[in-house]
Amino acid sequence: MRKYSVFALAREAMRAHTGWDRQWASPEPKADYDVIIVGGGGHGLATAYYLASQHGITNVAVLEKGWIGGGNTGRNTTIVRSNYLYDESAGLYDHSVKLWETLSQDINYNVMYSPRGVMMLAHNVHDVQVAKRHIHANRLNGVDNRWLTPEEAKDICPPLNISKTARYPVMGAAFQQRGGTARHDAVAWGYARAASDRGVHIIQNCAVTGVRRSGNGHVTGVETTRGFIGAKKVGVVAAGHTSVIMEMAGVRMPLESFPLQALVSEPVKPCFPCVVMSNTVHAYISQSDKGELVIGAGTDQYTSYSQTGGLHIINHTLDAICEMFPMFTRMKMLRSWGGIVDVTPDRSPILAKTPVPGLYVNCGWGTGGFKATPGSGHVFAHTIANDNPHPINAGFTLERFRSGRLIDEAAAAAVAH
Amino acid sequence: MLLIHCPYCGEERPEVEFRQSGEAHIARPQNMADITDEEFEAFFFLRDNPKGVTFERWRHVHGCARFFNAARDTVTDKILMTYKAGLPKPDITLPEKTLALTVDPGVSGRSLLPGDAK
Repeated sequence: MRKYSVFALAREAMRAHTGWDRQWASPEPKADYDVIIVGGGGHGLATAYYLASQHGITNVAVLEKGWIGGGNTGRNTTIVRSNYLYDESAGLYDHSVKLWETLSQDINYNVMYSPRGVMMLAHNVHDVQVAKRHIHANRLNGVDNRWLTPEEAKDICPPLNISKTARYPVMGAAFQQRGGTARHDAVAWGYARAASDRGVHIIQNCAVTGVRRSGNGHVTGVETTRGFIGAKKVGVVAAGHTSVIMEMAGVRMPLESFPLQALVSEPVKPCFPCVVMSNTVHAYISQSDKGELVIGAGTDQYTSYSQTGGLHIINHTLDAICEMFPMFTRMKMLRSWGGIVDVTPDRSPILAKTPVPGLYVNCGWGTGGFKATPGSGHVFAHTIANDNPHPINAGFTLERFRSGRLIDEAAAAAVAH
Repeated sequence: MLLIHCPYCGEERPEVEFRQSGEAHIARPQNMADITDEEFEAFFFLRDNPKGVTFERWRHVHGCARFFNAARDTVTDKILMTYKAGLPKPDITLPEKTLALTVDPGVSGRSLLPGDAK
């Protein structure tokens, strides 16, 4: 792999950029691998990268049914934050934020991590109490978060409407400075390039159609649209399709898949300095470096694999955006789209071994998996390599729905997060 | 937005009048205090989440307020039929033509079916 640097850029500028290599190889699948990762999104590619870089396991294939980063990795709203209530969540998401801080250097790829701050608005007494509880819990866990008055919030984010007569007046906000955004495509491409450089095979247009198991139940490989591929271990990182893949191995999951929509506006000059979220009015917004406002809507109420959602869902979100930010009322929306997210009953992910020996699952990120991409891949690689979870993901088991030891961020946030 | 036929009102109404209430035909155990953790998990948390025909409960909250069931294709979101609560799960097999339209062998994760475009 040729290192990307300002010198490489200068050299290529002198010769019409003819010397750049392909970022990752596209090999034919081998007959078998040590580890197969099902799903070439950010989490799957990160898992493969950390298997190779941290655990020396390089005989790895990432199987992607479409193209890498073409699923939810390319459909999310790119928010990074770690201000979760419970200890397990704070540990996992903050592990991820710490990796975001040095990720561009680690994988020699500019993922454009921008800690511009995440502001979560409080509109009523209940919101204020919940936000302050989160702030206290976060600070006990070493996660930065602080309380802002409406005036302080407006200092940070001038477009915010803090009028007392607003339909949902702003009573204050929680603010995590280390939160922000990153470039989602670059995350997939950067991990793919770094993994490929270490010998990982990235195999696109290869859908898994079955999971093969030996007589004693152990995984022996996967059936794919490009034939059978053997593996000692299989990690399923298939987001909205996790239930479908796991059913091939005979495991029924505590998951439901919902459409989640997002939309972007026409690009405008820089006008919106941070990420603003409001759980109460159900909206969040940031501005991409291209200048588009990036807006996330809620999920539809029904399960689906259609990658489309109802118009009334995004209308509802835009109503809220216009109420909070009157300057956006005449902004034109450019594109909207949907992705399929796998939601667990407690809205916390599952990063764990499964009842099937040699089969591991990384799923249930629901409406907020992008922020966790590096941390998720890092601890999932550890789980696969050691056949045992990392201390950080030890609580995110599949068995917690049997034992009742939930990590109930659903109750903590009372909203998609 | 879906248009949903309420089997009680006998009318097709917009989705905003309804609340989806999860997978249908999950019977609540009569002996809740006696069942094992595995049985409780299966009842309370585990879901089929199929890619294809799903059976789900809906409640016409802004109409008659009654619960009923629907069979829906989760690939197209097309509602195949609705029926009153308490009726048995209908035997629905998607006509082959619909399957050929909705199952993309390249991306669905399902194996090829007769009649699918190869």
